[in-house]
Amino acid sequence: MANKRLSSTKELEEFRKEIQSKMDPGKQIVTVCTGTACQTYGSLEIYQKFDYEIKKQGLESAVVEAKATGCHGFCEQGPVVVIFPQEICYVKVKLEDVPEIVSATLDQGKVIERLLYEDPLTGERITKDSDIPFYKNQMRLVFGNNRYINPRDVDDYIALGGYGALSKALLQMTPEQVLEEIKKSNLRGRGGGGFPTGIKWETTRNAAGEPKYVIVNCDEGDPGAYMDRSLMEGNPHGVLEGLIIGAYAIGSHEGFIYVRQEYPIAYENSIQAIKQAEECGFLGENILGSGFDLRVKVHRGAGAFVSGESSALMSAIEGKVGEPKMKYIHTAVSGIKGRPSCLNNVETWAKIPLIINKGAEWFNSIGTDGSKGTKIFSLVGKVNNTGLVEVPMGMTLRQLIYDIGEGIPNGKKFKAVQTGGPSGGVIPEQHLDTPIDFDELTKLGSMMGSGGTVVMDEDTCMVDTARYFISFCCEESCGKCIPCREGLRMLREILTDICEGKGQEGDIKAIEDIAEVMQDASLCALGTTAANPALTTLKYFRDEYEAHIKEKCCPAKACKALTSYYIDPEKCTACMICFKNCPTEAIVGGKGIVHWIEQEKCIKCNTCFEVCPPRFSAVRRVSGEPLPLPPAPGTKVTREKKR
Amino acid sequence: MVSKINNKKSTKVSKAVKKAAGSYQKDKDMLIQILLDLQSMFGWLSREVLTEVSEQLEVPVTQVYQIASYYKAFSLMPRGRHIVKVCMGTACQVRGSPQLLNIISAMLSMKPHETSKDMRFTLETVNCLGCCAMGPVVVVDNEYHSKPSTPALRKIFEGAR
Repeated sequence: MANKRLSSTKELEEFRKEIQSKMDPGKQIVTVCTGTACQTYGSLEIYQKFDYEIKKQGLESAVVEAKATGCHGFCEQGPVVVIFPQEICYVKVKLEDVPEIVSATLDQGKVIERLLYEDPLTGERITKDSDIPFYKNQMRLVFGNNRYINPRDVDDYIALGGYGALSKALLQMTPEQVLEEIKKSNLRGRGGGGFPTGIKWETTRNAAGEPKYVIVNCDEGDPGAYMDRSLMEGNPHGVLEGLIIGAYAIGSHEGFIYVRQEYPIAYENSIQAIKQAEECGFLGENILGSGFDLRVKVHRGAGAFVSGESSALMSAIEGKVGEPKMKYIHTAVSGIKGRPSCLNNVETWAKIPLIINKGAEWFNSIGTDGSKGTKIFSLVGKVNNTGLVEVPMGMTLRQLIYDIGEGIPNGKKFKAVQTGGPSGGVIPEQHLDTPIDFDELTKLGSMMGSGGTVVMDEDTCMVDTARYFISFCCEESCGKCIPCREGLRMLREILTDICEGKGQEGDIKAIEDIAEVMQDASLCALGTTAANPALTTLKYFRDEYEAHIKEKCCPAKACKALTSYYIDPEKCTACMICFKNCPTEAIVGGKGIVHWIEQEKCIKCNTCFEVCPPRFSAVRRVSGEPLPLPPAPGTKVTREKKR
Repeated sequence: MVSKINNKKSTKVSKAVKKAAGSYQKDKDMLIQILLDLQSMFGWLSREVLTEVSEQLEVPVTQVYQIASYYKAFSLMPRGRHIVKVCMGTACQVRGSPQLLNIISAMLSMKPHETSKDMRFTLETVNCLGCCAMGPVVVVDNEYHSKPSTPALRKIFEGAR
């Protein structure tokens, strides 16, 4: 921390040198990922244990430091520990591994084989994190810094060149030049809308009325998407620096960071970052001696998906109910309290310092014609490598899922990928070679959205997926306009009926008609896009809808009402595993006696199917055909248990 | 007797509201933030708390109620001693969270969003906790459990008295 407010580029650069000189390049640093996923696996305790063990083994003075960082992105393999400068990456580290890592690796320089990442395809152990396919195929411009930074310490960010872009913008460029640079970079909003950021800034800048506001939208509501959270938690200064540069270009002196209530760490880290930035002279009055002032406050959301919409979010900041308003005039002109307000997504703000540092031309060299730069995706669902990935625009879905995600687990077959959250849609196998950018995915009826990418395999029912997203939106709709409120309610009823085997001829037509009205007549983007999951599943998986309606069969065997469970008496070895795991005691039988399911007690929770050892595969799911009769009570096992 | 308890309670409530409102200089724009603080203090927002906020901030009680009933973070009913949250985010959904919810619901004999009569459990669902790699996830009193088996769940619930 600087001991006084820095007031010129010279002072900032001197301070940066001072921090860097303290960092001995020969000194080893252990970084422990403490992103939310790793934390839930106990990474905080692991970090403390490192701290303790390093002292206990007498290594703290010359060699080693332990650092708790934000999310590294490789959540599937958490907790992740990376040792610098060797870049040794240990995955799935347990508390009991810590003493060994300290003595073997940190003290004696030996690599512990068993903790290295094992490539599921080749079986090879990989030492360096940059060689792991998950990382190797990415371009981590914004997100890569997370693994070097303690988010609670501004010094780490400054050491990496942080706030250099701010000093360049404020002291060497006019606001017009900054604006021009952003416009030339063709940066588009990363929250999902894809609106050109420079044009949005210009609108607010030119709008009449004071004060003007700048806002960070960290109300990340899409289920299955958590990149904004990881940036805000792991590198809050990066976002803040972008916000300050934006405020300068726009001519705003008041900013807000709006954080979702479900993200307590992001909230605390933003507050801490603001405090430190004020103390260092990056916020407050006369920033870096430039004469420019900015104050930033943090607001917590209170749990409403639609509050991520710009006009609704601004109402929430005013302390009101977060409902969208009719945008006859854009919020960039009339937002918070009727004043010009520029709202951008976390990732958009985080890209600004990069563009100022490296220039618009460099940014334009990455990506596709219409979408420049990189984008962070959260790759989740039925994929081997779950995590956050940053890739250049234009990478294909296949590369994303198979090269970085390394395919579908358990040898299952890929069915579809859902992009864009509840407003997006599903994309089937035949379109996997589509490059990902704002325009290409929209052509397929889905959208890139904020970057949620959920992979689905053969066990996922597409009608049920549509029902899931429609009921999500139905609960989150604010109810202000009728097409959205009533349309979603009706869609939910129809889809639920289909999933329950009560579908009728004409239901598909009804879905399409309701969707059309909603698209045309809803007030905000939630309503106009809410039908997309239903429309895209219909477009690509119409046969599944028809099977549900006509044959009362769920091809994926996922819909509860249409699926029954049955234990094959010839395959059952009476191993008692399903018997013990059944939550409702619906399975009868005993040692040496074939098990069977009492259908009236069965809640179809899939447990028996999952726990039955694959070498027996005695539990079967039946849909659209009559259930075989159960064996006579007390039937003895015919199949040998030993194999 | 009853009035005595109420009086005691109301001074407690009024102090808490004073403290929460005071930390935001009684700014009416901060209504949501104040209610969030009170929610985490009491675990729910009683009628008393809402009226007290309305009086101290000089905001109509209808407006306070409108906010408290609109946002999901606020509970207008007392909640159980143990909060069971099942993540229903998309990633957990495709990995089987509906089945998990189904199992938990059957084990606790409760529907989602219900509180048991003995105030022991409240069963809630959430839309994405951002730890999709662990899905399906259930959080019991802020402890995360990744795809718990039925016997593991029995143990967790038996441990929560």
